[in-house]
Amino acid sequence: MKKVWIPITYLIFIILIIIPLIRIFTGAMGDGWGGFSDALSRPEALHALMMTGLITIVVTIINTLFGVMLSLYLVRAEWLSGKLKQLLNSVLDLPFAVSPIIGGLMIVLLLGPNTALGSLLNDAGISIVYAFPGMVIATLFVTFPMMVREIMPVLQEIGSSQEEAASTLGAYSWYTFWKVTWPAIRWGVIYGVVLTVARCFGEFGAVLVVSGNIINKTQTATTLVYQDVENFNVTAANGVALVLAAFSVGLLLLMEWAKKRKEVH
Amino acid sequence: MNLKFRSRWWSFGFRSTVMLYFIMLIVIPIIGIYTQSFSLGWTPFYESISDPLAWKAVLLTVKLALIAAIINILIGTMIGWTLNRYKFAGRRLLNSLVDLPFALPTAVGGLMILLLLGPNSVVGSLAEKLGFEIVFHEPAIVVAMVFVTFPFVIRAVQPLLEELDKSEEEAAYTMGATKAKTFISIIFPSLLPGVLSGGMLAFSRALAEFGAVVLVAGNIPGKTLIASVYIYGEIESDNSQGAAAVSIVLLTFSFLILWVVSRVQARRHSK
Repeated sequence: MKKVWIPITYLIFIILIIIPLIRIFTGAMGDGWGGFSDALSRPEALHALMMTGLITIVVTIINTLFGVMLSLYLVRAEWLSGKLKQLLNSVLDLPFAVSPIIGGLMIVLLLGPNTALGSLLNDAGISIVYAFPGMVIATLFVTFPMMVREIMPVLQEIGSSQEEAASTLGAYSWYTFWKVTWPAIRWGVIYGVVLTVARCFGEFGAVLVVSGNIINKTQTATTLVYQDVENFNVTAANGVALVLAAFSVGLLLLMEWAKKRKEVH
Repeated sequence: MNLKFRSRWWSFGFRSTVMLYFIMLIVIPIIGIYTQSFSLGWTPFYESISDPLAWKAVLLTVKLALIAAIINILIGTMIGWTLNRYKFAGRRLLNSLVDLPFALPTAVGGLMILLLLGPNSVVGSLAEKLGFEIVFHEPAIVVAMVFVTFPFVIRAVQPLLEELDKSEEEAAYTMGATKAKTFISIIFPSLLPGVLSGGMLAFSRALAEFGAVVLVAGNIPGKTLIASVYIYGEIESDNSQGAAAVSIVLLTFSFLILWVVSRVQARRHSK
């Protein structure tokens, strides 16, 4: 049987993953190197890539901070009853079940220009929907569980005895965190960061709804790819897609590395 | 004393901030969409749902997501098995490539499928000559869904394969069972929780998929328009109540699946 399964596995990988990757590459280079660099040096492409980068950075930082704290509370806190922890734990998974489009719609419904909160903020001169803050909130919503889901199992596994020992010996909570907890969860956090980054820069549906996809203003790299395809500008779409694909492959390598380190520690 | 007092205030502040953030980011938007869809009462909600384009979109999504999940269950179990059981050149590389669909932006995935199967491609023109169409029809949507949900079943089956007790399997062989029979009656039952939860996660992800599908589906209302694209169209045409109504049908469905999956996993852990 071995002789059958291995070639079939290879075949599926080649058809489903390797050929598409190669096709993006040849597609982007279809008009030669010049076509590729033209596609990328368009002002809207540069702006879109910058937006994607900015959103990714902001969201990853916020998610890491709140993700680490929330997982500490959900695993360790004595001020939360067991039932409540279980409830919060299931609520945490909800963004995974929500279609990105619906995630975006939720933000528009809550903070859009027609809502009470949205018009209030609008009068104060802050626009959320169809602007940068809304895009960040939408991406935060979609990516929030990733970090917590990586850290919680590690915290559960290491147990709290070392931390308790540290605080019995008189260490303050910050000190305990940095000296005892952090070294144990470090690789889990790094793995979570990589996953969050991957999901952030690839986010499409939620950002499309919230941003309004305004060229040179709220357009991100993925929504630019979408717009280029809709405008039958396939070579340009390919150029941007190649950059994104290369970035994902890089992240995938990073993931493998972090996973290996995580297993060692 | 003073220091202790201060640190208590600090930790109280931290706790409230984190919990408030959690509730504002996740709970309130979900409550918001449920209230919005009933904002005009039951009748408009019912009307939005019973619009033939809406329920056709939902039914089509469920049907195609189910096909994609079944395909993934079949190839996922097989690939998980091959990657764990056999040693061969390139095994580790393939194992890392499994996660690529998660790392790749879905819009890029959609573009890839469009390029590979589109009317100007080798496969597309061949299929056209043979008389069936792929891109802008149902097959392309299934391909997109399979691509996007590819890792789920594999990643759910692999840990189970690793902790599988080999002695049962060997006992079955020694007693003269064929390989196929051993697989069906010994190995597969212990993989079943992984296959099921992976398959259901794949199903719920396929239900929700937008980026990869919107580029290849053609989005013909009533024919290749799936639910998430329908919702997007309603948002664009400023019918947020209608969009919310279809959304909560889809959401409730996904939440149920998620709940079942967590029950399956909890049962496995408590064993």
